[in-house]
Amino acid sequence: MNMLYPQFEVIRNPNRCIKCRACEKQCANEVHGYDENLKIMTCDESKCVNCHRCVAICPTRALKIVKTDHTFKENANWTEKAITEIYRQAETGGVLLSSMGNPEQHPIYWDKILINASQVTNPPIDPLREPMETKTFLGKKPGKIERDEKGNLIDNLPPHIELNMPVMFSAMSYGSISYNAHAALAKAARELGICYNTGEGGLHKDFYEYGANTIVQVASGRFGVHTDYLNAGAAIEIKMGQGAKPGIGGHLPAIKVGADISKTRMIPEKTDAISPAPHHDIYSIEDLRQLVYSLKEATNYKKPVMVKIAAVHNVSAIASGVARSGADIICIDGYRGGTGAAPTRIRDSVGIPIELALAAVDQRLRDEGIRDKVSIVVGGSIRNSSDLMKAILLGADACYIATAALLALGCHLCRTCQTGKCNWGIATQREDLVKRLNPEIGAKRLVNLVTAWNHELEEMMGGMGINSIEALRGNRLMLRGIGLTQKELDILGIKHAGE
Amino acid sequence: MEFTANTTYYQQLQNQIRNCDDKEIIIKELYGQRYIGCATSDKNFKLYGTAGNGLGQYNNGSTIEVFGNCQEAVGDTMNSGEIIIHGNCGDACGYGMRGGKIFIQGDVGYRAGIHMKAYMDKFPVLIVGGKAGSFLGEYLAGGLIAILGNGAQGKMPCSYFCGTGMHGGKIILRCDEKPEGLPEQVLVNEMNEEDRAELTPYIEDYCKYFGGNVKEILSNRFYVLTPNPNSGYNQLYTFE
Ligand code: SF4
Ligand code: SF4
Ligand code: SF4
Repeated sequence: MNMLYPQFEVIRNPNRCIKCRACEKQCANEVHGYDENLKIMTCDESKCVNCHRCVAICPTRALKIVKTDHTFKENANWTEKAITEIYRQAETGGVLLSSMGNPEQHPIYWDKILINASQVTNPPIDPLREPMETKTFLGKKPGKIERDEKGNLIDNLPPHIELNMPVMFSAMSYGSISYNAHAALAKAARELGICYNTGEGGLHKDFYEYGANTIVQVASGRFGVHTDYLNAGAAIEIKMGQGAKPGIGGHLPAIKVGADISKTRMIPEKTDAISPAPHHDIYSIEDLRQLVYSLKEATNYKKPVMVKIAAVHNVSAIASGVARSGADIICIDGYRGGTGAAPTRIRDSVGIPIELALAAVDQRLRDEGIRDKVSIVVGGSIRNSSDLMKAILLGADACYIATAALLALGCHLCRTCQTGKCNWGIATQREDLVKRLNPEIGAKRLVNLVTAWNHELEEMMGGMGINSIEALRGNRLMLRGIGLTQKELDILGIKHAGE
Repeated sequence: MEFTANTTYYQQLQNQIRNCDDKEIIIKELYGQRYIGCATSDKNFKLYGTAGNGLGQYNNGSTIEVFGNCQEAVGDTMNSGEIIIHGNCGDACGYGMRGGKIFIQGDVGYRAGIHMKAYMDKFPVLIVGGKAGSFLGEYLAGGLIAILGNGAQGKMPCSYFCGTGMHGGKIILRCDEKPEGLPEQVLVNEMNEEDRAELTPYIEDYCKYFGGNVKEILSNRFYVLTPNPNSGYNQLYTFE
């Protein structure tokens, strides 16, 4: 007996299907089959994850995937999801595991914030006619101008990351995503003049050439971390936390640690790669400072050090500590941020929205007079250029995108990355599947996406009559809330529409 | 080249060292300056005094000998080389270490050898003459930790939570009775000939640095902790 009824139905239009069996070959979940005797296509929809690979590949558009209309008796409290999760756990005794970002119906503040534009006075700028500056520098701003005895300026600028636009691809490890996905991200980052991030899986030898556009991550497992690695990138990011699973470590199962990943992570093949929940050399801000400065020492103070934290309840106090730890850049990851695998309960109910976290952190650092000591980078579901613009107006220096980047590579958000059978060649290490993602085409799509966003940014900037992104950072007067309570407006530091 | 550290700020001291091409670096009057030998690969340090946090962090092949005690995060994320401490050592020693050897004559603090791992020709080794604090070898993924238990009077030479989350490597403890109260991720066995053969060269090094008799040390009773294949990380998951 199986109490779990398949979530999806695979509908094949028999008038269109030419039995080419392409769907059968393309579905790594082995949903489609062919009955040699009856000469018909068969399917086992219980294995379908709704990733649309077969739908996209079918030459006659004979396929569609629909949500089953098989239902439980309607119940607003005990929803189908709540019930089936109980069945699953009663069956297996296991921890519910999921991937990608929090899909629950929590408020999305970006959608309740509106951007201003100029009218009549202070006229808009036409971005086609006038140059718009979206170049962004991340790092500490020197507190004062210094001169030598002769009165010449002393270059006291701490190391910076230079970005052509205020976007970076956030951390995804080689292991959680494929070689080709990394290749696409690295190539796109170079072409765009931005950065991608190695995640905690080390840096593959083939990608050292993209160093100037690479952020190398140091996480609790210290996988692949050695002196060449630390010096290879444009900056070093210490990962303290991740929005999808604050307070939780990582586990790349032994089965995914093949030869190539073993070399990159610098661990033996077919062993578990476990990242402990905390860095066990960091139990305090003082300890964090010691790690930050060890990395600066290891790279002769030439690389900015970033510290990534998850947006949790007291994020502003934590960020204040991080700013004092010597970090050059703070990265905050909101609770809608993606993941290759996380316990469902943690992903869906731990952490806070990035919009509120960002507003609170920016305000706190300003109040304490240390905002210029650090740049702020936020991620955790930036879905489009207006989310990006709103983040900058709330106080971010730049944004991290990951889910959006994977979507550009073909991800269909089926949220089963943890199985390692991604039909789009992204969250998988299976050679036949990885091959499906062409790094050149992938890079082109990423370049298209980010370039389009940059154009949109310029249009919005022009609309506001401001020609430099720097001048917009933290300019909350350009924002208004809609349908928000006074408390929410207070935290966001914005007025309500009409005010 | 010889430096006198005294009250020089660590960043200045480190700059002086960075700008010095000599292979042999001697530092006198070291008063807790941090990061000596951090991310270096071809130096021979002899340090007199107390070494500060992050001694030999990311060490990539240097030999560092300390005539005195050390503070925290010694050999943190070390890749290769050797650290020899004629004294005691603080917390988080050898965290995430991938290769190289650390020898400590005296005791080591909390969280020693957490998440050490081995890779190809890299095999991290941590040998402690005295005792270790709590959390020894947690999340151990590879390499060898040996606690020789001087001053422990034959009792278990480390404190609580030894080997929690261990999934590779080996911890060898000198004690007269089988250690109790260890987490379920570890299996405990008395040292066999194979383990003894593995340990011997490191004890030889230990005696070379700090004196003592190899045979005498090895004639004691030792227990070996290895990961329990039936526990650990095969936690059962169920998918959304
Ligand atoms: S899992 Fe994907 S490829 Fe397979 S049947 Fe479902 S939608 Fe099609
Ligand atoms: S890919 Fe389309 S046409 Fe080909 S067998 Fe499948 S459903 Fe039929
Ligand atoms: S990366 Fe692949 S497995 Fe993960 S959600 Fe996207 S399509 Fe699905």
